[in-house]
Amino acid sequence: MLSIKNLHASVADKPILKGLTLEVPAGEVHAIMGPNGAGKSTLSYVLTGRQGYEVTEGSATLNGEDLLALEANERAAKGVFLSFQYPLEIPGVPALTFIRTAMNAQRKARGEEEIAAPAFLKLARETAASLKIDFEMLKRSLNVGFSGGEKKRMEIFQMAMLSPRFLILDETDSGLDIDALKIVSAGVNAMRSPERGMLVITHYQRLLDYIKPDRVHVLSAGRIVASGGPELAHELEAEGYDKYVQVAA
Amino acid sequence: MSLSTALKTGDVTLLPSRRDENWRWTDLRALIRDLPAGADAETVGYDGPFAALGGQERVWVNGHAGGDSQITVEAGDRVAVGFRFISTRPSGNASRVSVRVRPGGRLVLLESYEAAADGAIAAVDLDIEVQDGGRMERIVLAADQAQSITVSIAEVTLGAAAAYAQTLLTTGARRQRLETRVAHPGADASVRLDGAYLLADQRHADLTTIVTHGGVDGATSQLTKGVVRDQARGVFQGRIVVEPGADRTDARMGHHALILSDRAEVDAKPELLIFADDVQCAHGNTIGALDKEAIFYAMQRGMSVDQARAMLTTAFVGEVIDRIEDDGAREIARGWASRQLEGAGD
Ligand SMILES: Nc1ncnc2c1ncn2[C@@H]1O[C@H](COP(=O)(O)OP(=O)(O)OP(=O)(O)O)[C@@H](O)[C@H]1O
Ligand SMILES: [Mg+2]
Repeated sequence: MLSIKNLHASVADKPILKGLTLEVPAGEVHAIMGPNGAGKSTLSYVLTGRQGYEVTEGSATLNGEDLLALEANERAAKGVFLSFQYPLEIPGVPALTFIRTAMNAQRKARGEEEIAAPAFLKLARETAASLKIDFEMLKRSLNVGFSGGEKKRMEIFQMAMLSPRFLILDETDSGLDIDALKIVSAGVNAMRSPERGMLVITHYQRLLDYIKPDRVHVLSAGRIVASGGPELAHELEAEGYDKYVQVAA
Repeated sequence: MSLSTALKTGDVTLLPSRRDENWRWTDLRALIRDLPAGADAETVGYDGPFAALGGQERVWVNGHAGGDSQITVEAGDRVAVGFRFISTRPSGNASRVSVRVRPGGRLVLLESYEAAADGAIAAVDLDIEVQDGGRMERIVLAADQAQSITVSIAEVTLGAAAAYAQTLLTTGARRQRLETRVAHPGADASVRLDGAYLLADQRHADLTTIVTHGGVDGATSQLTKGVVRDQARGVFQGRIVVEPGADRTDARMGHHALILSDRAEVDAKPELLIFADDVQCAHGNTIGALDKEAIFYAMQRGMSVDQARAMLTTAFVGEVIDRIEDDGAREIARGWASRQLEGAGD
């Protein structure tokens, strides 16, 4: 599914990713943990095509298709979704309008029909109910005045609506209270399927109690420096990143 | 010095020029070498931008009034009327109209500028009086040809507890000035002066307002938004004067513009001149580019860069549109804005 090989990327001419290699097969959930500033969000932006993130070497493919050659919206249409660490506020655009516009843009790019308004609303109502989101909130400007946790929940709502093939969650757990964490995790788990892959970036073992990863990787100084099973997350929780920071240096 | 007197006398030295502080960004003297002659009245067979709302309409073609040049709304009446100022020829023309709303009367004025010929020069002067307790909403849609010149000046006088609201919507012209001067009596009268200028190519639009609060307990709220691209130029001059003794005035002015290209320009001069006590005044003025992060966010969800930009600019202008009270006019304004901004991503 997702295959990253020897990826080097710079931001403002500063090398951040320095030879990152990672495989996430279809059907698997991989977690990425690592110290602040290691390059986790950078990886998510490079994969999704944000401007200013320059790939200097290496490759990233989804099902064999070169992601790096595509515009951000083309990658979205291929099914790559990023739940942002810091979701943006979009004043004047109701959440529902935003999502419907995005959904239809993706459909158009894939040569599919637009979704009919009644079908869209039905899907939105059901999805909102499953994530315990007040439907009225979806009529408000997207993320404007939403609490940190509400914004994260809105990311998962968008993800569920758009039904992507590859999910990247960048610290979706930060800012969530315990109940919200359970609801969001249930929403993410509901999307696990043999065709989907997921990359879950987090600082906390707790999220991984709910979203059980198949593999855990440590990203430090722009590279994957260790990989293991779920037990690796427990070890990190207990011992911190010290030894990996030294490895990377 | 005004365009209308210059047109009437044929004397170009009477044109406003950059030497007048108030016209420094909309110099007509340097632009107009010769004043074109007038043209005859004509019948115009096409609809104006507010036609879908029906209702009565008055039409000025090349400066010739199709009927009475004055309208009075009697006490207790509710009236909606359309004014269309049309230039079909590369001619010079000046129109004058007076509007009176008697105590307790209500008027919705749907006004359009339709200079349909390159080289047309039009001056429109409006005298508007809203008497005690009267209400008026004026929505102006300026849809002028790129090579025309328009100056519209509205002088507004208000009675006690009158309510005057206005929204100017424009795509500009070669030079275009839409000016509003309000004599505000205080006295629980309220004024809303809004505007949106959406400019492309080499168009120019100047929204100038002067509100003079002359008595206690008056309120003014202003919100103007602009989106300029290509080599277009937007001008906003907003002045609120609170005269000595006009205590307890509440005045708010906002002007916010998005500049979508390196060669576009916005000149803004917000001024609050306060000579009274116990006054609540606030103003905000911002000029900037579209938020790149917001564009990336929308693209990550699947929108093309053009779609993302059009969505964000439309939402930006939407705040002005939403303040239009008349439902029909608001929807026409919304459609107008989204058509203008569809290409904003180019
Ligand atoms: N626009 C930028 N200009 C310069 N440096 C940048 C820019 N954006 C990110 N960086 C740097 O890149 C490095 C990696 O940042 P990144 O956000 O990917 O870290 P992270 O692993 O996600 O950290 P955190 O756990 O705090 O979210 C940091 O040192 C950061 O300061
Ligand atoms: Mg990060």
